Amino acid sequence: MFDFESYHKAESVDEAIALLAQNPKSIPLAGGTDVLVRLHQHHQDYRHVVDIHGLKELKEISKNPNGVIRIGSGVTFTTLTEHPLITGNIPVLAQGASSVGGPQVRNVGTVGGNICNGAPSADSAAPLLILNATVVLKGTQGQREIPLHEFYQGPGKVDRMESEILTSIVIAPENYQCWFAKYHKYAMRDAMDIATIGCAGACNIEGGLVNQLRLAYTVAGPTPLRCWKTEQIAKGAKADESLLELVKSSVLKDLRPRDSWRASKDFRQHVIQTLAQRVLQAILNQCGEVKP
Amino acid sequence: MNRNISFTINGKSVTLLVDVRQSLLEVLREHGYTSVKEGCGVGECGACTILIGNTPVDSCLYLAVWADGRTIRTVEGETRNGDLSEVQQAYLDAGAVQCGYCTPGLIMTSTAFVEKNKDNTSISRHDIKRAHAGNLCRCTGYETIIRAVEQCLTPEKPNQDTHCKCKAESGE
Repeated sequence: MFDFESYHKAESVDEAIALLAQNPKSIPLAGGTDVLVRLHQHHQDYRHVVDIHGLKELKEISKNPNGVIRIGSGVTFTTLTEHPLITGNIPVLAQGASSVGGPQVRNVGTVGGNICNGAPSADSAAPLLILNATVVLKGTQGQREIPLHEFYQGPGKVDRMESEILTSIVIAPENYQCWFAKYHKYAMRDAMDIATIGCAGACNIEGGLVNQLRLAYTVAGPTPLRCWKTEQIAKGAKADESLLELVKSSVLKDLRPRDSWRASKDFRQHVIQTLAQRVLQAILNQCGEVKP
Repeated sequence: MNRNISFTINGKSVTLLVDVRQSLLEVLREHGYTSVKEGCGVGECGACTILIGNTPVDSCLYLAVWADGRTIRTVEGETRNGDLSEVQQAYLDAGAVQCGYCTPGLIMTSTAFVEKNKDNTSISRHDIKRAHAGNLCRCTGYETIIRAVEQCLTPEKPNQDTHCKCKAESGE
């Protein structure tokens, strides 16, 4: 028996917002693969549940005529992995989603939950960060849209007000068209494991030069992080092997990995640099395949 | 905190009174579906795997009330009129059962995978492994489990061969 005091099932997003506003201590329950684990024992922050599991309006993925991709927060990792709008336009997000936990968890766990629980290790976060994703939140004060990197505030902390529901994640066409991208997760096992380090990169290359580089990491700081300084340095650099060295020498300045029982800080720093090179190499290879 | 829920399980419609705090695992076991095992209780071992529709789900991390209106399959429903399902028979042929605790969950994961990929000729061992990555076998009998699934997807391979190969390689 899970340990909570009150339970309300929302039939719509608006009802969920009203229920959350009625009791500011309540928490939204979507896929449950994180929240229900915490509800096995008494947890003072998880006493009141607003159930948004299976809300159809949060399960849609769409692309409008302008190329804007909108992903409902209740979309599962399995759907992200298999949906043609994702695999066809932003395969880097499918790579991230397919590396989450195991199949049963991916069948139920949601991308909105992955973001809202604020985990530094969220596998969908690094790909979404390099896609410059914005998150859409709806609450009693109305709707607002903020960049994902601003949504993250600290470990387990995100900028979601008590009455708000993260309804969707939006990716603009200029953030995926003409970009080559790759996600690489390094973990101790190939499945059912939390990333030791996760790295997503994207490159926009023009005439053999880096027009723009984007690089984001998980488990390399208190939240998933973009590598702003490195991205700046890489601007205009040659899109060849020398880029790998350039990024390797700069990337640690952007990140704050730490010691934990999973891995030491030193080891994480080593993996951070190695993954930067692997991800960039994969991107350069993709680029070469398109323009032989 | 009680609710009535109705669902179809193994082809049978049922209506049950459940506490909203109960997992589907608890409710199913209370009502005699004891093939559904509790292992870790946190979605890591897959011993409690059931199919919701045709999708493998850990029933330990699934509220019983979410099953309302859904179709559920457990291993109890896979044997029909005394005949084992194709996957069950393949597990038997491959010797894919040791202590048996993980078997009901694994059979459901394999069943969903085999049904989904029956006509897919490009399935690799890697695909089989990935699809079963959410089910742990503490006896570590994975090799025979993978062979059982391979047998279902390449039925022209004689069962006897699979059996002999398995014995030879495991040194039995």
